[in-house]
Amino acid sequence: MYQAEQIDIAVIGGGHAGCEAALAAARLGMETVLFAISLDSIAIMPCNPSIGGSSKGHLVREIDALGGEMGKIIDKTYIQTKMLNTGKGPAVYSLRAQADKTRYHEEMKHCLENTPNLKIKQAEIVEIQMEENRVKGVVTSGGAVYPCRAVVLCMGTYMKSRCLTGENITESGPNNLMPATRLSQCLRDMGIRLFRFKTGTPARMNRNSLDFDKMQPQYGDEEIVPFSFAHKAEEIARPQALCWLTYTNEKTHQVIRENLHRSPLFGGLIEGTGPRYCPSIEDKVVRFADKERHQLFVEPEGENTEEMYIQGMSSSLPEDVQIAMYRTIPGLEHCEITRFAYAIEYDCIDATQLKLSLEFKGFHGLFSAGQFNGSSGYEEAAAQGIMGGINAVRYIQGKDPVILQRSDGYIGVLIDDLVNKGSKEPYRMMTSRAEFRLLLRQDNADRRLTPIGYEIGLISEQRYQALREKERLIAEEIRRVQSVTMGPTAELSALLERYGTTAVKNGVRLSDLVKRPQLDYDKLAEIDGERPDLPPEVRQQVNIQIKYEGYISRQMKQVEQFKKLENRLLPEDLDYESIQGLRLEAGQKLNMVRPRSLGQASRITGVSPADISVLLIYLEQRKRTENRK
Amino acid sequence: MKREYALDDIIAAISTPMGTGGIGIVRMSGHGCIALADELFIGKQPLMDKPGHTLSYGKITDGKGGEIIDEVLVSVMKAPHTYTKEDIVEINCHGGTLVTRRVLEALLKAGARLAEPGEFTKRSFLNGRIDLTQAEAVIDLIHSKTELSRQAAVNQLEGRLKQAVREMREEILDMIASIEAVIDYPDYDIEEETYATMEEKANALHSRMETLLAGADRGKILREGLQTVIVGKPNVGKSSLLNWLLEEDRAIVTDIPGTTRDTVEEYLNIDGFPIKIVDTAGIRQTGDLVEQMGVEKSKAYAQNADLVILMLDASRPLEQEDKEILSFVEQKKTLILLNKTDLNQKLSLAEVKEYTDSRILSLSVRENIGFDALIDALKAMFLDGRPATAEDALLGNTRHKDALFRAKEAMAHCLETIANRMPEDFISMDLQDANRALGEITGDTSDEEIIDRIFTKFCLGK
Repeated sequence: MYQAEQIDIAVIGGGHAGCEAALAAARLGMETVLFAISLDSIAIMPCNPSIGGSSKGHLVREIDALGGEMGKIIDKTYIQTKMLNTGKGPAVYSLRAQADKTRYHEEMKHCLENTPNLKIKQAEIVEIQMEENRVKGVVTSGGAVYPCRAVVLCMGTYMKSRCLTGENITESGPNNLMPATRLSQCLRDMGIRLFRFKTGTPARMNRNSLDFDKMQPQYGDEEIVPFSFAHKAEEIARPQALCWLTYTNEKTHQVIRENLHRSPLFGGLIEGTGPRYCPSIEDKVVRFADKERHQLFVEPEGENTEEMYIQGMSSSLPEDVQIAMYRTIPGLEHCEITRFAYAIEYDCIDATQLKLSLEFKGFHGLFSAGQFNGSSGYEEAAAQGIMGGINAVRYIQGKDPVILQRSDGYIGVLIDDLVNKGSKEPYRMMTSRAEFRLLLRQDNADRRLTPIGYEIGLISEQRYQALREKERLIAEEIRRVQSVTMGPTAELSALLERYGTTAVKNGVRLSDLVKRPQLDYDKLAEIDGERPDLPPEVRQQVNIQIKYEGYISRQMKQVEQFKKLENRLLPEDLDYESIQGLRLEAGQKLNMVRPRSLGQASRITGVSPADISVLLIYLEQRKRTENRK
Repeated sequence: MKREYALDDIIAAISTPMGTGGIGIVRMSGHGCIALADELFIGKQPLMDKPGHTLSYGKITDGKGGEIIDEVLVSVMKAPHTYTKEDIVEINCHGGTLVTRRVLEALLKAGARLAEPGEFTKRSFLNGRIDLTQAEAVIDLIHSKTELSRQAAVNQLEGRLKQAVREMREEILDMIASIEAVIDYPDYDIEEETYATMEEKANALHSRMETLLAGADRGKILREGLQTVIVGKPNVGKSSLLNWLLEEDRAIVTDIPGTTRDTVEEYLNIDGFPIKIVDTAGIRQTGDLVEQMGVEKSKAYAQNADLVILMLDASRPLEQEDKEILSFVEQKKTLILLNKTDLNQKLSLAEVKEYTDSRILSLSVRENIGFDALIDALKAMFLDGRPATAEDALLGNTRHKDALFRAKEAMAHCLETIANRMPEDFISMDLQDANRALGEITGDTSDEEIIDRIFTKFCLGK
């Protein structure tokens, strides 16, 4: 063992969570070191070659709005981009981009290397040193001891991981990388509870062995929307790559059924709990036996590689079965598999041990973020990473943690869910989890979170001022549209008829026209003589806010009620089991989760409204007794 | 967001014990409750303009511009000098249990929330009105009442009502899952429901909720009596019929004469079936009033009744007035009595049949002919067709009714959203509101249920 330099924050792991955590910490002025088992694994994508998608796209935009990096990197390295769900309503529009994996890794690594206060080091951390429940330092497998004040655990799926392909089991992390074998025990010795989770990835194939004539091409959007609010579409425009669609068939399913007994999943070799969200093809064939075909997307892994990712067909079947199975598929008859599909099992924590700040309860300065917290997905990891990084800094600075509420963003929903409920399987973000989703749109992430990012110190003055200007334009234009009345002119009648909506006899307010299902703000430009020239992002906000006003105000009312409970903070030192009148089960659950607010308490399974009433009365009682003293 | 967690919204409850008759008080507390009361109150001046701690006389309606429920005395108490330290409105009703409940329901529809057990006292404590020493008593109150109402809820939910609500939730969850699966997995070839299918399903759910709500009223009938009104043109024998029914020993169980009210409720118990005859004041004393009741007034009374007894005079030919009432009561549950069959017949049963599908009885009140047939017919009104079943009775619980009402409103909103061809996301929002409201009835609310449904229904993922 030898003494290395004193640092402020050690980030363990260089995946998507680790990168955001380290960048946030360093940018906020902390001496930060990011440790990764291999620096070639920084921000790699061991599974799907894409960033964003439904609800995940929201997360990326929120990370960007707070001053994170993921959005900027994917804007630089995308090879195809699409806005999904455009027909489904503004809340669920979702941005997704296919990434050039290698370039994504390179760009992120380069960004880390050039960030002041940040060092990246190739090392496995084997021990967290604590002193009186306070973080003291970390120890590498090479024997270096780094004294530090806070640690952010971002180990992803590397903890005691093993990969399974049929009977073949290897003790390895994703993509044949080295697993972290010793830290789990250290955490267990500290009294931290660990789970065993499982996920998987499909095979990769050489593009030259595939027959694309038998597949349907999938194009990107012509009109590009950047992930980062700091980017303009024209700055990042570039030619886009193609993805392909094909299907499994009865032959495929037959091969799978005949070899099910050789799958570690069904043979009982896998102990981990797998996600419903990422079923392997074996799962799909068994659970949906009557489905005649399953769709597969064939996606490039990058521009400078011929490897293609087969989305929709992850598996842990043996290699020979995989070859037979993939070759039944139109276009893949002669496929050359470059990397076989595998299932991976790994240690992760029971996230109910964390506070909403992502700090472990009872371990000062020890934070945890990413897939190690039981989530799944790059975006979910990065979202926790930036929050973990921010709060590690604030812990050192003695400031209150930054907690995003469920009504602030998907990041708030994600962390609240993880911490309150824990997960029984890897947690995937979904739009249906966000109860206030009409307010938490991807288009307004900057309006929701950039002021917070500015306050934290991750958003530049220039970017903040740009947002304020945008807000001013939006407010002014909404006011104008609400006050302008259009006379029943021939021009207006012609427009209404053209869009198939009822004519008006008298004057009509412009905002009422925007609300009509057949119309929107942009369509009314031609009859709106006084309309100022506004940038598209302002026009979009004006349109959404006016058009869906009724639905939006309904949700805002719900948020108002929600916040009242959310803003009632609970003392950290409460012993719930000693509170008279609280049911035993509720007391135990509350003692375990130790909620930050009454609102959080109300979301814990096993805590009833009557228990919340009792808590309210207890708090009032306590307050009055204290006042008396 | 579960409604019961709200801290300072408007809560309402009946604050007099149920079933004690006479005056009933409905109490509201919370910011904005005076304005809410004003929406339903008709008086000399709005309650908002009155100083605190004053009593106002007026009428209460079942909604803005709606039908009048009762004459009331309303006391307005302004924060902070009240029991809860919030604004309080108390509505004193005179019309008995049923009227008091209607007033409460009107307030709930206008946006108040049914108070949780002990909630007024809880607020009183939290807002510093009650002394610290009483805190434990408040907790006990919350517990004992919650336990009681929980047990009551469990008992009430046995049987087919629970089943019905569960079935509706299943359907709603399926609809939500279909929408959400497509949203969360936009690339997958999930079969999307068309607007037409969704409309059809939403419509069916909406009418099912309406039926259940109507059933709730029938449940009330079983407990509180079939609200019955006797209509017909002047001098047809209405008051004689009433007296005939009331004077018959076997029929009378209770008699609550009107006090200062202009309505009198006469309770009959016909072989165990409660019937409540509602009529203008003092029927029995001043028989004229009821006899002079004209067509318009008949219609007004008939409108609100569960059962209409329409009397026709067999000794006179059918007149325009009779025909008008006949066609009006056709949509109601009606029993037609052809009275005065002892006199010279100018109107036959066959002739009346041309105008109605309702049951017709010939009788003579004066000669005491046909009484048993009338009693049998009234009993039959309970047993056939619309009257209460055990399931209907279950929905009498105001809390469940409130939740079901909100579910129905959400479905109505959903139908509007569909009709406007709004994007699916908004349809899902409405459906989730409906689902949450129904979940309050069965207690099956889980945040994971939508996601569970998505993954059991559809095959998705990498």
